[in-house]
Amino acid sequence: MWPFFLCIFVCFMKNTMLGIAFQLEGVKMPKQQNYLPTQAEYQQLVKQYEPKRPLLKNCLRAFFAGGIICTIGQFFQWFYMTFFDFTEVTASNPTVASMIILSMLLTGLGVYDHIAQWAGAGTIVPVTGFANTITSAAIEHRSEGYVLGVGGNMFKIAGPVITFGVFAAFVVAIVRILVEKLRVI
Amino acid sequence: MLQGQQSWLFSNRPVLLATAVAGGPFEARSAIAADFDILHDDLWLGQNSFEKAEKKLLEEACLASIQKAGIQKEEIQFFFSGDLMNQIISSSFTARTLGIPYFGLFGACSCSMEGLALAAFVVNAKGAKYALTACSSHNGSVNKQYRYPTEYGAQLPPTAQWTVTGAGAAVVAAEGTGPRITGATIGRVLDLGVTDPFSMGAAMAPAAVDTILAHFRDFNVDASHYDLIATGDLGEIGHAIATDLLRRQGIEMPGNIFTDCGVIIYQDNQPVMAGGSGCACSAVVTYGHFYNRMLKGELKRILVVATGALLSPLSYQQKESIPCVAHAVALEWEGV
Repeated sequence: MWPFFLCIFVCFMKNTMLGIAFQLEGVKMPKQQNYLPTQAEYQQLVKQYEPKRPLLKNCLRAFFAGGIICTIGQFFQWFYMTFFDFTEVTASNPTVASMIILSMLLTGLGVYDHIAQWAGAGTIVPVTGFANTITSAAIEHRSEGYVLGVGGNMFKIAGPVITFGVFAAFVVAIVRILVEKLRVI
Repeated sequence: MLQGQQSWLFSNRPVLLATAVAGGPFEARSAIAADFDILHDDLWLGQNSFEKAEKKLLEEACLASIQKAGIQKEEIQFFFSGDLMNQIISSSFTARTLGIPYFGLFGACSCSMEGLALAAFVVNAKGAKYALTACSSHNGSVNKQYRYPTEYGAQLPPTAQWTVTGAGAAVVAAEGTGPRITGATIGRVLDLGVTDPFSMGAAMAPAAVDTILAHFRDFNVDASHYDLIATGDLGEIGHAIATDLLRRQGIEMPGNIFTDCGVIIYQDNQPVMAGGSGCACSAVVTYGHFYNRMLKGELKRILVVATGALLSPLSYQQKESIPCVAHAVALEWEGV
């Protein structure tokens, strides 16, 4: 609630100060000064006109798209376990690699972003989405060269995920060590 | 000259002598494809970057408009141009190619009318016989700078808009045949606190309304004075908000007069969410579609209000709201 009041307060102060400034300089306030809605009023007005994101539809689509991607992953796992010498645990590495290559190919062919507009979170959350962020940034910045362009920008979107992922793992590891050393468990 | 508080009346009535518009593959399927002079089926235009492709579009539009005007580029005194790239590289690099004395403008998507107003002012004041004004935008280069990589799979909200790949150029002359530039209203920067960069229409609507009201006040006219009043790139949502804001001021804009370039540019089956946007949006629709309709005699008097959102990716990340501006230029066709 407080940002709302702060907003009103700031608007009020701004208008008052402007008014004083204009009067001090002997300039008339422009005639149109007060006809516009305040920022808070305008936010309300905008809300009436902005269509809501179709939440239920997006969730259902994400569910099906994500499900299909996982099914494809499942197929790869089965494939590697059946035709190669992999166990259920070791098959996960080639499975993830296959999914990443598939996603990179679709990104490079310019298809992934169209699927994502339909699927939403369904294509962002799985590992395919992560591969897409890196590939798309690498393609985008190819024109600035391999080092400054591709190398420098490849992790532009994926970077935060890696940063916070590594940091979260670090925190969890510290907690685990402490708990073990203190022999709580 | 100065008319009212923030407008110019061009008493010598400069002529919009010739225009040219260029577009990309997506624009080739748009509702106004027939109004383009140059259309490309390659988003890259054979270049190795989107930025170079945008510059090429702008160069092509400029050269085509000069050719259509039937003059040599050496006869043009000044070139006014703007675009959305950092340091307006598309415009400056085009000015390098053209070799015409150059004013670089930045008013985001309001560049088209900002340039036209200034060119008309200079020509009207006998500061030039011919002036060239242009602007451009490219879907790839704009997305790269302001949003995400082109191939990144992010789901756009229904309020998002599609940046037009294109460029529009116009030659303004002191004498000749063509629509006359009768007046211009320069807008002030307004910010009603919209922070969502995927809701540009809502951010820019108040600036458009402010400039339209200022124009009506300064010239003492109302909507019925014009056959068409078009905002630049408010999109469907921004257009609806602008109509509402004007209604609150007691001004009912007739639906057949009040429109938006971003709404009419694309076809319904093109996936552009709320409509088109970008510098090229108002430029290609005005210099292409409206210009042709004026030449055909369908439109006698029009007012184009180009709207610009003056944000940068940095200002957005630093949680600043989006300041916006709108500039209006009035055109009149008297017939041959």
